[in-house]
Amino acid sequence: MERAESQSPLQADRLAPVRSLLRAMIVPVASVVVALAIGAVIIALSGANPLVAYSALFEGGLGSGRAIGRTLEKATPLIFGGLAVSLAFKCGLFNIGAQGQLLLGAIFAAFIGFSLQGLPAVLHIPLALLVGAVMGAVWAAIAGTLKAFTGAHEVITTIMLNFVAFNLTDWLADGPWKDRSPGNIVARTPAVAPEARLPDIAGVPLGMILAVLAAIAVWWLIWRTTIGFELRTVGQNASAAKYAGISVRRMTVLAMVASGFLAGLGGAVETLGVVGRFQPGFNVGLGFQAITIALLARTNPIAVIPASLLIGVMQAGASRMQFNSGVASEIIDVIQAIILFFVAADSIIRWVLRLRAEEGERVTLSSGWGS
Amino acid sequence: MTAEPEIVLEARNITKRFPGVVANENVSLKLHRGEVLALLGENGAGKTTLMNILYGLYHQDSGEVLIRGEPVRISSPSESIKRGIGMVHQHFMLVPVFTVAENIILGAETGNGPFLDLKVARQRIRELSRQYHLDVDPDAYVKDLSVGQQQRVEIIKALYRNADILILDEPTAVLTPQETEELFAIIRSLTARGASVIFISHKLKEALAIADRIMVLRRGRVVGETTPREATERSLAEMMVGRSVMLEVEKGEAHPGAPVLTLENVTVLDDRGQQVVNGVSLEVHAGEILGIAGVQGNGQTELVEAITGLRPVHSGRVRINGRDVTNASPRRISETGCAHVPEDRQEDGLVLTYTVADNLVLNTYYTPPFAHGIVRDDRAILDHANRLIERYDVRTPGALTLVSALSGGNKQKVIIARELSREVRLLIAAQPTRGIDVGSIEFIHQQIIAERDRGAAVLLVSAELDEIMALSDRIAVMYHGRIVATLPAASATREELGLLMAGAQPVNAASELATDGHEPVNVQRRGV
Amino acid sequence: MQITDTLARPSAARIPWVTIGVWGGLAILVLVAYLRAPQATTAVLTSTIRQSTPIILGALAGIMCERSGVINIGIEGMMLISAFLGFLFNVWTGDLLLATMGALLVGAAVGAFHAVMSITLKVDQIIAGTVINILAVGLTGYFYQQGLTTRGKLAPVSIPVLADIPIIGPVFFSNPPITYASLILIVVIHVILFRTAWGLRTRAVGEHPAAADTVGIAVNRVRYINVIIGGMLAGLAGGFLTLESVGSFERNMTNGRGFVSLAVMIFGKWTPFGAWGGSLLFGFANALQSQIQFLKNQLPPWLAWIGDLPPQFIGMLPYVLTIAVLAGFVGRARPPAAIGKVYEKE
Repeated sequence: MERAESQSPLQADRLAPVRSLLRAMIVPVASVVVALAIGAVIIALSGANPLVAYSALFEGGLGSGRAIGRTLEKATPLIFGGLAVSLAFKCGLFNIGAQGQLLLGAIFAAFIGFSLQGLPAVLHIPLALLVGAVMGAVWAAIAGTLKAFTGAHEVITTIMLNFVAFNLTDWLADGPWKDRSPGNIVARTPAVAPEARLPDIAGVPLGMILAVLAAIAVWWLIWRTTIGFELRTVGQNASAAKYAGISVRRMTVLAMVASGFLAGLGGAVETLGVVGRFQPGFNVGLGFQAITIALLARTNPIAVIPASLLIGVMQAGASRMQFNSGVASEIIDVIQAIILFFVAADSIIRWVLRLRAEEGERVTLSSGWGS
Repeated sequence: MTAEPEIVLEARNITKRFPGVVANENVSLKLHRGEVLALLGENGAGKTTLMNILYGLYHQDSGEVLIRGEPVRISSPSESIKRGIGMVHQHFMLVPVFTVAENIILGAETGNGPFLDLKVARQRIRELSRQYHLDVDPDAYVKDLSVGQQQRVEIIKALYRNADILILDEPTAVLTPQETEELFAIIRSLTARGASVIFISHKLKEALAIADRIMVLRRGRVVGETTPREATERSLAEMMVGRSVMLEVEKGEAHPGAPVLTLENVTVLDDRGQQVVNGVSLEVHAGEILGIAGVQGNGQTELVEAITGLRPVHSGRVRINGRDVTNASPRRISETGCAHVPEDRQEDGLVLTYTVADNLVLNTYYTPPFAHGIVRDDRAILDHANRLIERYDVRTPGALTLVSALSGGNKQKVIIARELSREVRLLIAAQPTRGIDVGSIEFIHQQIIAERDRGAAVLLVSAELDEIMALSDRIAVMYHGRIVATLPAASATREELGLLMAGAQPVNAASELATDGHEPVNVQRRGV
Repeated sequence: MQITDTLARPSAARIPWVTIGVWGGLAILVLVAYLRAPQATTAVLTSTIRQSTPIILGALAGIMCERSGVINIGIEGMMLISAFLGFLFNVWTGDLLLATMGALLVGAAVGAFHAVMSITLKVDQIIAGTVINILAVGLTGYFYQQGLTTRGKLAPVSIPVLADIPIIGPVFFSNPPITYASLILIVVIHVILFRTAWGLRTRAVGEHPAAADTVGIAVNRVRYINVIIGGMLAGLAGGFLTLESVGSFERNMTNGRGFVSLAVMIFGKWTPFGAWGGSLLFGFANALQSQIQFLKNQLPPWLAWIGDLPPQFIGMLPYVLTIAVLAGFVGRARPPAAIGKVYEKE
């Protein structure tokens, strides 16, 4: 919840960034360790062996080349989601709707992917990605605009828009954009054209490369540009921002648009890189995972990458864990929630480890309804 | 009358530390029955901390408190209330959306089992109201009352709980001179009935006028004790600050030039849609300071917000340097050379979680040399900060210190430095010295006058009548959203301004004042 | 001063013509609909009341928390956990009353958890609520086993005589217990908030905690108790879902009702009766959705197109309505002034 001063562009002491980076890592790392320990207790309570379960979990996520590939695959949309939530946090906005924005991005990328035929990959891929990202941005812009002009709180509107997005994409995939090929009875779109599928570059999936580039771009935007300064100022003190001549409304819409763009891009990457078409029920839970990741990374865009990889490992290994130890894969949701609890209530960990509270920018959301 | 009346409250060797500061160090005081003890000290001297300890909001690190000779441990306000202590806080502790009666009974509710019954309470409130000449309506909503009336509600709240030791924290800060006189009358009637009062203030005149004894605090220590008979304003000021201070601000003749800020019939609505600025017209010229006097809440805040683009102008025109900037964005207005020192510096003037350097470019970050295109230039921002810290004597460990770590006076210097480091043609300063130390006040006053002498137009809004009178070349008095009079500062008197601030008609007021001595103002005579 | 004795309080003096007009108009509309299609109208209205039950209970939970200054975005999660455990209690004990009590207690426990996070640990209140929501999805998902069977659900109880009145009888006087309880709780909470000392203190703490503190009210204690009461109300809403409405548990079965409750709370300006009006609106939207098959044939020709809409569009209705309500009402309603802020002395 608090940001270490490590990213501050104005830093006098050259070693200070390293030291404060290490200090900033203590709470997240301790949170993960404690959450895994509590998860072990829950597993034991439900009658399974936590050691067996955890070793299967990490084997399934890291144990082989294929396992690592699966982890990267799972982590990619998580990075986009984590970036989306982190960026909104910087502007004091809580985007719980990454899920819905991702769905919109995914189905529109699929639509561009299957409806255009014969386009070369260099055009088809960027176009599909862009349309997906823009649709995510449009979806988030609804919540941003409502917040800016009517004061409707984004936590409620984005959640509600998630439900609308479920219904909308469900209808599209079961109606106008349904896969009409013989034998198909389920709601899904046709497969995207081969030219629209994301290739691997030097053995690394293009989606992952895009995710890392997006993280760097978001970091640069937040810490090195005047737009980032404006976003952060609104997030830290909207009233002072207004007095300094920054349009709070404009930044609110802009932050949501950028956040939705990232989430939509995540959906498009997933569709074009992994699934190859749109199916309802796609990536359920990503919205919540993205929140855990953003707070675990303390809204630092670069730290979103390792945080996403960690959650990615758990997701990739969950089915093996269920197979080997009989522990339901939902335990990883419980562990994630406990991680979130400890990074949010970091005073517990600080008290146990006798750490002092950090200074600097904070995420503050509870400014109430409206205005 | 015995020579030595009973000691109702005594503090012995109180020490209280906060992280980084010692707020009270070995402070001792005695309060006798029926006396008014003035506790004098500048902002941050530890007066309020001491009172919060006596009231049970804080607990001292060491030392003891005795009430009527009995050592007590006051761990909460309910305990101090039980022991007969009542406190009127500087920022009133009233719920605006509750009625007077609801506010008064809160925490001491009367009723039928769990159900509220206000009948008995209303009766008591009326009795108290009559007894002490505290005219309030138990069924009015607090948000609809003037500050003076709210203060009376606070006093009744204490009396309702049978308080006979009353602590008044800066009670005159928001009152007109006449309201202050009325408060003093109330205090006298309280002490006449055996109550004891601690009167906390940084205003020397008032301490001399109301107190039986005066204690002076400086940096958390008691530096002296005296009586109004022995002390003078000058001697008290020196005790308070620890060196000799200028009681007057030195400034030369103003040389007004062309009008810079012109308002024509400006009306402004507040957040509830009420018209709080009603057709204000005024001009501020280059090279002059126009002070707006008025009791807080008469539309000054909204007027400033409207001029600076933070609040819509409902009707009328605002011009700066002849250009129409009515309802222009705050950014555009700022770019006309309008500098703004906002009323609430913590909330509106600074981002407390940012460094001093970032705060110094809070409204210029997008211009060269601080940015090239959208890319920030951190080097230039840092150099700029180091220059301003030196020039404006900001006491900070460095440019990269978080601004939240600075004292009130230095925070205000950061704002002043930021606003004045640009080319300023119009300076709007709202409550520029509220709650800061005397050294910083002197410095800020000098800067404002220097800005005037450089040829800027200055609009000064302050609740401190002394500050308005000391700095302004002309004084406009605002009451109920209107400018009721504009006077040359040289000939304005406190009494005259006070009457205008309370809504007296300017013409009548002037004529009555002219005959002052033979024919006192009618309103007042009837009041007493 | 004496004059004021005869002056009535402004709030009491104002006659709410708009409200009377709206409800009067609705009553006439219902009557017309009843005359045209008595069965369908009664079915939709009965369904409206029952569908609004979890929403009003959630909104009352929100009101108790927010009136004391604590934002509770975790009502959704509180409902889900209580629904799940209430269901399990029913499976284990076979006693619906015990199970309902269990749901209440679980709600209280989760409420206490929210209070610990947002009051004692000073976690941002919106994030604290989100922790509860995510934890609820994870825990109920993990411990849920398919194939558990219940022993029934709470059945409607008809009140003699009153239940026989046309329209009003079946709609109001032939309901299952939690629905009755929710109607009673609206009145109870209204009385607590506006007619008791506790309510006065609660509102003071939510508006100006420092003022409450200086007259000796333990601010955080008042907040704790209200947040726990709020948790119980959300728990009852959860119990409604598994013990009265559905009779079994499904994953994520709250379906956003906790968030709808918050919108309804804002719509009702943090008052129980105002929130009830809002929740009836949502109950009605849900009722239309659940009765659509039944209604299809009874729609007048100019509304026939509604029956042909894809089910997904009708499914969106409550959520779109929530957004519209929020956008339309937030700016006009004034939340308790101290909401979301941790109370610290100076």
